Amino acid sequence: MTRITLPRRALGAAALATLARPAFAQATPIRIGELNSYSRMAAFAVPYRNAMQLAQDAVNAAGGVMGGRPMELVFRDDGSTPGDAVRVAEELLTRENVAFLAGTFLSNVGLAVADFANQRKRLFLATEPLTDAITMAQGNRYTFRVRPGTYMQTKMLIEAIRGKTAKRWAIVAPNYEYGQSAAANFKRMLGDAIPGAEIVAEQFPALGRVDAGATVGALAQSRPDGIFNVLFGPDLTAFVREGNTRGLFERRTVVSLLTGEPEYLIPLGDETPEGWIVTGYAPDQIDAPPAHKAFIEAYKARFNDTPRLGSLLGYVTVQIIANLLNKANTLETEALVNALAGLATDTIVGGVSMRALDHQGTLGTWVGETTLSRGKGTMKNARYADGANYMFSETEVRAARPPA
Amino acid sequence: MEWSFLLVQALSGLASASSLFVIASGLTIVFGVTRIVNFAHGSFYMLGAYLAVTIVPWLLEFDRSPTLFFVGVLASALVVGLLGVAMEMLLLRRIYRVPELFQLLATFGVVLIVQDLVQLAWGPMDIPGPRAPGLRHGVTILDQRFPAYELFLIVVGPAVLALLWLLMHRTRFGVLIRAATQDREMVGALGVNQAMLFTGTLFLGAALAGLGGALQIPRISANAHMDLSVITEAFVVTVIGGMGSVPGAFIAALLIGLLQAFGVLIFPKITLVLVFLLMAAVLVVKPWGLLGRPEAAAGRAVLPEGILDPGRMDWAGKVLAVVALAVMLALPLIDAYAVKVGTEVLIFALAAVSLNFLVGNGGIVSFGHAAYFGLGAYGAGLLVVKAGLPMEPALIAAPIAGGLAAALFGFFVVRLSGIYLAMLTMAFAQIAYAVVFQWVEVTGGDNGLVGVWPSHWAASREVYHYLTAVLTLAAIVFLRRVIHAPFGATLRAARDSAQRADAIGIDVRMHRWLGFTLAGAAAGLAGGLYAFSKGSIDPTLLGIPMSVDFLSMILLGGIQSVLGPVAGAAAFHSLKDFFLPLTDHWRLLLGLSIIAMVLVFPRGLAGAFASLRRRPA
Amino acid sequence: MTLLAVEGLTKRFGGVLAAKSVSFALDEGEMLAIIGPNGAGKSTTFNMVGGQLRPDGGSVMLAGKDVTGLPSRALCRMGVGRTFQVAQTFLSFSVLGNVQMALLAHHGQTRQLLSDAAVMHRDAALALLDRVGMAAQAGRPIGELAYGDVKRVELAIALAAAPRLLLMDEPTAGMAPSERTALMALVAGIARAERIGVLFTEHDMDAVFAHADRILVLVRGEIIARGSPEEVRADPEVQRVYLGHSGTRAAGRARRPVHG
Repeated sequence: MTRITLPRRALGAAALATLARPAFAQATPIRIGELNSYSRMAAFAVPYRNAMQLAQDAVNAAGGVMGGRPMELVFRDDGSTPGDAVRVAEELLTRENVAFLAGTFLSNVGLAVADFANQRKRLFLATEPLTDAITMAQGNRYTFRVRPGTYMQTKMLIEAIRGKTAKRWAIVAPNYEYGQSAAANFKRMLGDAIPGAEIVAEQFPALGRVDAGATVGALAQSRPDGIFNVLFGPDLTAFVREGNTRGLFERRTVVSLLTGEPEYLIPLGDETPEGWIVTGYAPDQIDAPPAHKAFIEAYKARFNDTPRLGSLLGYVTVQIIANLLNKANTLETEALVNALAGLATDTIVGGVSMRALDHQGTLGTWVGETTLSRGKGTMKNARYADGANYMFSETEVRAARPPA
Repeated sequence: MEWSFLLVQALSGLASASSLFVIASGLTIVFGVTRIVNFAHGSFYMLGAYLAVTIVPWLLEFDRSPTLFFVGVLASALVVGLLGVAMEMLLLRRIYRVPELFQLLATFGVVLIVQDLVQLAWGPMDIPGPRAPGLRHGVTILDQRFPAYELFLIVVGPAVLALLWLLMHRTRFGVLIRAATQDREMVGALGVNQAMLFTGTLFLGAALAGLGGALQIPRISANAHMDLSVITEAFVVTVIGGMGSVPGAFIAALLIGLLQAFGVLIFPKITLVLVFLLMAAVLVVKPWGLLGRPEAAAGRAVLPEGILDPGRMDWAGKVLAVVALAVMLALPLIDAYAVKVGTEVLIFALAAVSLNFLVGNGGIVSFGHAAYFGLGAYGAGLLVVKAGLPMEPALIAAPIAGGLAAALFGFFVVRLSGIYLAMLTMAFAQIAYAVVFQWVEVTGGDNGLVGVWPSHWAASREVYHYLTAVLTLAAIVFLRRVIHAPFGATLRAARDSAQRADAIGIDVRMHRWLGFTLAGAAAGLAGGLYAFSKGSIDPTLLGIPMSVDFLSMILLGGIQSVLGPVAGAAAFHSLKDFFLPLTDHWRLLLGLSIIAMVLVFPRGLAGAFASLRRRPA
Repeated sequence: MTLLAVEGLTKRFGGVLAAKSVSFALDEGEMLAIIGPNGAGKSTTFNMVGGQLRPDGGSVMLAGKDVTGLPSRALCRMGVGRTFQVAQTFLSFSVLGNVQMALLAHHGQTRQLLSDAAVMHRDAALALLDRVGMAAQAGRPIGELAYGDVKRVELAIALAAAPRLLLMDEPTAGMAPSERTALMALVAGIARAERIGVLFTEHDMDAVFAHADRILVLVRGEIIARGSPEEVRADPEVQRVYLGHSGTRAAGRARRPVHG
C-alpha cells in the first residue's frame, strides 16, 4: 500500500481505517447479507466480492454510515440453486440479523430471492442477474436491480448498429432465458435500427455444450450479413475459434452481448476477433473519471489483478448501499425501500439512480469494439453508455409490471 | 441445400462423434470390467484439458512443432491415467464389495472434490489452450472452409478404436478385460490378479478420458464446468452402445454426432433433449443398448442389497423415532432458521423414503427421482400461479402430478432392470427437465415461476413447519406400512427373484409399475411441499444434482432400512447446510464427507446403528 | 384323465433345432421324466411347457385348455407349480415368509397396501412347510438353509398355489445323494396322494428310474423312446445313444429299493 501512484485519497483512507477501528468498537455494525455463487461462478463472483470488500473498507475508513456506524457485508454462497439461495437468505435474515439482502448472479436464483423478499417484506438489492423479469413482469416493491439488464444492453448494441447496411442477420444464443430473451429483444428492435433488416437464421445451442462446428456451419449456410451473438464463457471461446478458422466472421458485422467484459474477453486470448461491437468493460482503455481511476488502481494494488466488470458492479453497489443507509438513517424496511426508490448516488462511474418506476438502476456499461492488443483481447473506441438512456419506456413498464 | 454444405456439416458431426467416442470408450471399458458407473470420468476429462493447457504451451516454448503438441497431449493423458490409478488404489479398491450404488456415490464425491481442486490449482477463469501447430488453418472442401484440426479429430476416433481392438485381441491384458467384461467371476476363477486388472483398467479408462480432454484444447478453453457437461453425454453414448461394448460406443457416438450436426438445422431449439430422446427410444426398443448383452441374472446365493425382512421396530428404534419426532416438533423453540431447515429435512425425508421404497424395497434403482419431486412441485406451483388456486388443492395436485408422470415413464422403465433401468430413469428425468426448461410460456423456462406461497393461515414458518410435519410423517408412515403390507412384500419378492415371483403368479411388471407410480406420487407430494416452502419453482428441482442428492440421502441413511433414509436426509441436509456458509470450497468438504461416509459406514447410518447395537457391551 | 397334452412342440435358436415336434401326455397323479444327454432340448421343452419360452410351433393343452405361449404367471393361476434347476426363492425372506408370499400371490392379495403381510396365511404356510418337513425351520432366513432344504421349501412354495401340475427342472441338481432320494420320495408321495401330475427332467438316473411312472428320452430335440422305466431301460437304441453301460447299471440298481 505504499506505491506512489496510489491516489492520496486511498492512502488517507487506509490510514484512517487503522485509526478508525477503535471508534467502531462501541457502534454496532450494520450488517447486510450478500449472497452469490462464489463457488460455482467464482470467475465472476470473486472479483465482485473483492471490490465489495474494497468499497466497504473505504466507506468504513471514511467514517462508516448512519453517523459513524461501520457497515459489514456478510457474504454467503447461494449454492447456485433457487432452493439453496432462499434458505441462505432466510439464514441471513434470521440468524445473522442482516438489515437487508443483496447479490445473486443467476437469474432464476435472483428471481426466487426477489419473490422471497417480497413475501417476507424485506429489501433485496439484486446486483448481477440480467433477466428483465426481475424489474418487469416479476418485479415487486422490495426488489431493486443495479446492473443493466438484457433489454438495456441489447438496446445499447442496437443503437451502435443503427444505420448499418447489413440486412440479413443470424442469431446465436444459449438455449435458456437470457439467450432467448436477448434474441427476442434483438429481433424486436432490429427493424427499427436497420429498416428492412431480416433474421435469416437462429441457433440455440445448449448452455455450456455448444457443438461449435455444427453451429458455425448452420450459421454460415444462411449467408448472413450480420451476426448477433449471445454466447459467453466456454461456449463463446469454442464458437470464436471455430468461426475464425472457417471464416464465419469475415466481412460480416458481428454484435455480441457482454463479450467486452474482461470475464469473457480474457479467456479469448489471441483468438479475440477484430471489430466485434460489444458491451463490456476495459478498465485500461476507457477514459475514466478520477474516482474510477482511483478504484482501478486501488483494486490492482490490493488484489494484484485488474478489476472485472463484476468488480465495478460490486464497488458501485456498496456505494449505493452506503448512500441509502445515510439517506434513510434507519434499518426499517419500508423506510429503506422508500429511500431507495429514486435514490441518486454519485458513484465511481458517475451518477446512478434507482428509478422509482421499475426499481432499475441507471448504471450503464461500455460499448466498443473488440481488438487484439499484444496477444490479449481488449476494447477500443469504448464509450460509456449511460443506462438512463436505455431503460424500458414508462408505458412498457406499466404494462408489464404488476401493480404495486 | 447444397451438397457441399451437407458434406461439411457431416464432417462437423464426425469430428464431434470422434471426440465423444474417445471419452466414452474409457467409460464403457471401466464399467465393463469393474461394473462401476464412474461419475468421475468427466473429472478426468476436465483434468486432461487443464493439464494440457498447462503442459502444451510450456512444451511449445521450446519449439512450435506439431510433435511437441502431441507429446504434450499424450503426456496429459498419461498423467490423468495415473490419477485414475490413484483413485483406484486409494478409493475404489476399498469399495468393490460395497453395494454398486455406494460406488457411484463415492465417484460423485470425487467429482465434487476435483471441481474445487481444479479451481484451487488453476483459478476460476477459463483457460484457452494453444492451437495445434500445423493444424491451425482451414481446409477448403468444395468451396466450404473446414478446420484442419477437426479433420484430424475425425481420424482419431477410428484410430483409437483400432488401437483398442488390437489391445483387446493381441495382449493378455486386453483378453482379460474382455473376459472380465463378459464374466467377472470367471476372471476370479482363473486366478488372475484382480487388483492389477482393475488398476490397469482404471489407468486405461482415465487416460482415454484425459486424452479426450487434452485433444479438445485447440477447440474449447479448459473450464470448471466441462466435467458435468461431458459426463451425461458420455453416459448416453455408453448406454446406447451397450455398456461395456467399445464398438457399440463407437456406433452410438457416430449416431449422436450426426444427429446433433443435422438436428440443429431442423430443430435449432431442441438441442437440450435430442440425445436423451434418442437414448430413451433406443432403450425402449433395445433394452441392452445396440451391442450390449443382457446382464446375467443374479448369482444364486447373493443376498439382495436393500430392505431385508422389515420386521418390527424394536425398543431402541422406537426411542429414536420418538426423540426425532420430539426434536422436529420442538424446533420453533430454537429459532426461525432451525424451523426452516427442519421443514426442508422433513420434505427431503419423504422424498428419500419414497426413493428407497423403489431402490431398497423394489430393487428399482432410479437415477431420476427428482423428476417426480420436481413435477409435483410444478403441478402445485402451476395451479397457484397460473390457475390462481390456493395451496390446499395445489397440495392435492402435487402427488397426482408426480404419480401421473411416474406412471407414464414407469410404463417403459419397468421393462428394464439394473443399470439400464437406472439410465432410462435418468433419460426420462432429463427429458422432463428439458420440457420444463424450454416450455417457457407455461413453466417460465429456466427462470421458473415465483409466487408459490402457502395460504394465509399457513404463511408463518412455524405453521407451515407443522403442516409439513403432519403431511410428510403421514406419508412416511403410510409408505412404511405399505412396505410391511403384501404389496411391499411382493416388490421385495420380485426384487429377490423375478423368476420365482412370476412362477407363483405375480405380474412382476405390473407390480413394479404400480410401485413406481406410488413412489412418484409420494415424491410429488414432497415436491409440492418444497415449492410452498420456497415460494418458487424452477428446473433445478428436476435436475441430476437433485436426484444425486436423494440417492446420497438414502445411501447415507442405509438402503436396507425402512426409516434409515429419514436419518440420511437429516444428516445430508444438515451437512450441506453446515458447509455452505463456511467456505467457498464447500463442494470439496461435501465430497470428502461423502467419501468418508462410504468408507466408514458402507451400510449407511442405519447399518452402523444396527451393528453398534449388536456389539456386546 | 389327461392333464397335460403336448403336441408337436418345436423351437429353433438361429439355425439350431432345439426341439423338434415333441409330443407327449401326462395324467393326473402321474410322474413323467424327461431324460437325455446335455443339450438334448430337455430344458427347452420344459421351458416351453412352463411358459418361459414361446414355442415356434405346436401346442400345450392343460386339462383341455390351450395354454400355448401363456406366461408363467398365467399358468400358475391355472394350477401349474414350478421348481427351478437352481432353486429360486426370495432370499431376503424367512422360510415361512417365502411360503406366505406364495400364498398371498395365490389368493390375489399382492396389491393390498395396508394389511400386515407377516401375519397373513401363517397357519397355512406352516402346514405346507410341515408337509415338506421344514416346519421346524420356519423362522430362519432361507439363505441360511442347506441347499437340499431350500429345494424342499421351493417345493412348498410351488404347492402353495394348489397346483394340478408340477414342473420340476432337475429337482435334485446340486444336492447330496442322500438328500436326493428323500426329496424324490417326498415329491412322489405328495403327487400320488393329491393326484398332482409331475413333469420333471433329471440327470440322476437313480432318481428317474426309482420314481418315474413313465420316461421320455430326448436326443437332439427329438423323442427317441418313451415308456415305462422297464421299457426304456430295455430299449437298445436308448442304451446305445444315451444310457451306455453305467446308465444301464444305474437303471437296474434303481429299481431294487422300491420293488425289492
